[in-house]
Amino acid sequence: MRGKVKFGVVVFPGSNCDHDAFYATNTILGQEAVFLWHKDTDLQDVDAIILPGGFSYGDYLRCGAIARFSPIMKEVVDFARAGGIVIGICNGFQVLLEAGLLPGVLLRNASLRFVCRTINLRVENNKTPFTSRCQKGEKLRIPVAHGEGNYFTDAATLASLEKNNQILFRYCSEKGEITEQANPNGSLSNIAGIMNEEGTVMGLMPHPERVVDPLLRNTDGRKILDSIVDYCMSKAGHELSLTELDRR
Amino acid sequence: MNSASSGVLQEEPVVDLDLALKHGLSQEEYREILELLGRVPTYTELGIYSVMWSEHCSYKNSIAVLKTLPRSGGRLMVEAGEENAGLVDIGDGLAVAFKIESHNHPSAVEPYQGAATGVGGIMRDIFTMGARPIAALNSLRFGSLEDSRTKYLFKGVVKGIGDYGNSFGVPTVAGEVYFDKSYNENPLVNAMAVGVVKHGEWASAIAKGVDNPVLIVGSATGRDGIHGATFASEEISEESEARRPSVQVGDPFTEKLLLEATLEAIRSGHVVGIQDMGAAGITCSTSEMSARGKVGMDINLDLVPARESGMSAYELLLSESQERMLVVVEKGYENEVTAIFEKWDLHAQIIGKVTNTERVKVRYCEKLVADVPAESLVLGGGAPVYVREAEEPGYLKRTRFFDESLVPIPSDLGSVLLRLMSSPNIASKHFVYEQYDQSVRTNNVVSSQADAAVILLKKSIKGLALKTDCNSRYVYLNPYIGGAIAVAEAARNVACVGGTPLAITNCLNFGNPHKPEIYWQFKEAVRGIGDACKALGTPVTGGNVSFYNENPEGAVFPTPVIGMLGLVEDVTRCPSASFQDVGDLIVLLGKTGGHIGGSEYLAAIHKEVAGDAPQLFLDFERNVQQLVIKLIQAGLVKSAHDCSDGGLAVAIAECCIANIGNVRGASITLPESDIRIDSQLFGEDQSRVILSLDPKSVHHALEMARDASIPASVIGRVGGESLRMEGVLDLAVEKIAEVHRGCIENKLQHFT
Repeated sequence: MRGKVKFGVVVFPGSNCDHDAFYATNTILGQEAVFLWHKDTDLQDVDAIILPGGFSYGDYLRCGAIARFSPIMKEVVDFARAGGIVIGICNGFQVLLEAGLLPGVLLRNASLRFVCRTINLRVENNKTPFTSRCQKGEKLRIPVAHGEGNYFTDAATLASLEKNNQILFRYCSEKGEITEQANPNGSLSNIAGIMNEEGTVMGLMPHPERVVDPLLRNTDGRKILDSIVDYCMSKAGHELSLTELDRR
Repeated sequence: MNSASSGVLQEEPVVDLDLALKHGLSQEEYREILELLGRVPTYTELGIYSVMWSEHCSYKNSIAVLKTLPRSGGRLMVEAGEENAGLVDIGDGLAVAFKIESHNHPSAVEPYQGAATGVGGIMRDIFTMGARPIAALNSLRFGSLEDSRTKYLFKGVVKGIGDYGNSFGVPTVAGEVYFDKSYNENPLVNAMAVGVVKHGEWASAIAKGVDNPVLIVGSATGRDGIHGATFASEEISEESEARRPSVQVGDPFTEKLLLEATLEAIRSGHVVGIQDMGAAGITCSTSEMSARGKVGMDINLDLVPARESGMSAYELLLSESQERMLVVVEKGYENEVTAIFEKWDLHAQIIGKVTNTERVKVRYCEKLVADVPAESLVLGGGAPVYVREAEEPGYLKRTRFFDESLVPIPSDLGSVLLRLMSSPNIASKHFVYEQYDQSVRTNNVVSSQADAAVILLKKSIKGLALKTDCNSRYVYLNPYIGGAIAVAEAARNVACVGGTPLAITNCLNFGNPHKPEIYWQFKEAVRGIGDACKALGTPVTGGNVSFYNENPEGAVFPTPVIGMLGLVEDVTRCPSASFQDVGDLIVLLGKTGGHIGGSEYLAAIHKEVAGDAPQLFLDFERNVQQLVIKLIQAGLVKSAHDCSDGGLAVAIAECCIANIGNVRGASITLPESDIRIDSQLFGEDQSRVILSLDPKSVHHALEMARDASIPASVIGRVGGESLRMEGVLDLAVEKIAEVHRGCIENKLQHFT
């Protein structure tokens, strides 16, 4: 085992939170991090992949619609299908939806305006690789910054997301209530983040990587990133012990 | 993709005085050109001179006055005007490049693209120097919000700034928005950018080395923005709508690629000189870079990647297509540099070379279409310099003789405070700043809850403190004091987060300089700025002048916007403006004289723009600021907020509600005074700061104030659900927050 989790941060043309994700995982969390260039096909043996925020390919056409066709995405999809940990933040969430790794779509914000503010998130499921450090019902303060974060899907998909506990975060009020006023973009059922059925791919609109540095006076995002580190560590440890057992 | 070689030489108009006048040149200027060239210029050359000698590029009506500003010394690493932006040493082997620039005229016609390309242009000025942009600010002025055209311009400008900056990936961290009918039809859109570069790694805008190749990189060249610089040098009128094609179109995605590729190219060490293409495109960048290096350039327009076919030499040279750079590369390393741009899917095309002729020679379709001495085109060289006639404006006689005793004292001061808190100039601007990404790049320490933005310098606990400021009503009533106050207040805001003011950039927005009263305003404001900069130790690193800001009703308020840079030693100590804990004591630093001339109170409540600007004593101002910085550095301060628009009462109310998720009440006891009560509450005396402190720290803080000879008194205590001033007013803080927050959106929803 390496002793550190190796994060791969995908860089599309137009990604602009790539450096932030790198800084958060590498400098603040003290883990290993590498950039994965969109034209490359080598995942460099990473443990977890971050599709960062930004405006991949300018978000011309439709957010995330072009990025999914880049060479690195084929590898990311294979990695995810094989059970690898993939998280898409903001534009990365949009890319995951376009790539079919998560269900639903993200529409323009109901206000028709870009919105950047620190919002309250309620943790809906803490038994996942992304939220194990949180309590169920816990409130996290994390910024959003997007023009198209209005999650939507059909009734059947929403029901199955609910049933399988795939909804990880909802926008909530200061008091933790799910209210219309607390919803910054008009998302269906105040959904801010979801995962796939297998619990290995997460997409969310808020930016946990922006709130990890104590000098910026809020470290709520660490709970999410630390959860992922814990999971990758224990998974690596688990695999290591299996191979070691084999050897014996 | 077209290459310009598919273009053809077109029949060109005959050049004569008449055509020159139509290009905005004067008769004397045309004569000067004939003399310089020793012949009649070609049509292309006429285009070149008209744009390079336009106000926008040449600063011909302002440079003589600008030279009186303190433009060197302190921590400045380059003198103002030498490079694309100012450069300031901040220690630890780092330097800050920063600059503010206007995009008023394009925004008046096409608010979305006008504002967006303003952001793009100022960002390029920063990263051309090899500095990575880490923060954006803006300073906006619009007409009355009751006016439907204003609403359109306001919404378009804010969206344009947001869409460009958000996509480009630089946080917009501070700014200001004011409304006054003098800006009807002619909004002011000033964008500022700040970047950081290591010493020894910054790039220069000087062409050097005969035979070094000259490259154009970035977007292809189209017909957009031709004569944008000339448009910026005339008044807005009913004919301005026809200038729409002079507005450029922005592409932040390409700019982001250009940023990454440019920084990578500069790091390669093979870039000799580089300049962005803003106003006057290829013309300006080739002539300025040549003139600075005392070299020439041979340029072949056939090689320029063009967006459309059939463009003339004139159009190619004057196009202001965005997201382009001119790069002089060390000979022999063309391929290395080209490969970097290609990696980012950008064009990099050699279009010429550096020569020793000191002339810019341009060929197109195998014909020499322009051959002009580089020096003759540029500011500081052959470009004209004018000192205009100045005369004190007549309106000052009226405004100065203002008798405040004739202003009735309102009976319900609580409702006056609510009206001020919900006046568009004071009301919450969250409608604006929530459309800007404030947290990308993860460096914004106090996000919009403090007097100035604080940007963390990563791998340290230091930060940059940033603010733009200008109270143009003061400048209108007294340009000298108003100019000085703009500097003082920007510095005071920086001090209120614990930052030491280091240097300024300025954006001087005025009316038509040919009018003697406008030129007088300009000269006086610059004199005030200069005196304040000298007193506060903040030299001018550069900036921008925008004249001809007029609508058919007259000139805008003279608006010299100051962009201030400060350095914070320890960001963990930066206070926000909001009251923190119940029981904390509220301390007022400075003297309250009850000056209501030029105040927001007088304008918003009594509908009068009159009186003189508040007095400003620069030594006292500096001492107040230094005390605030010391108190913050000593860890004694829990919140700090300067008293400005709306005076003491508004400042305290703002402290109560600055943290919208956690509002605080306060009870205030006004000091004994024989000043009338409305002047005490709403007068805008300068050099005052409101602090809140833990009761245990107060004694120490008051001692420090006494040692610095700064008046300081405890005026109240944090706590409760309301803002109370015994016998004067008692307002629920939730109510104050509600009217403060709702104003602008309510006005926008109300269609007129």
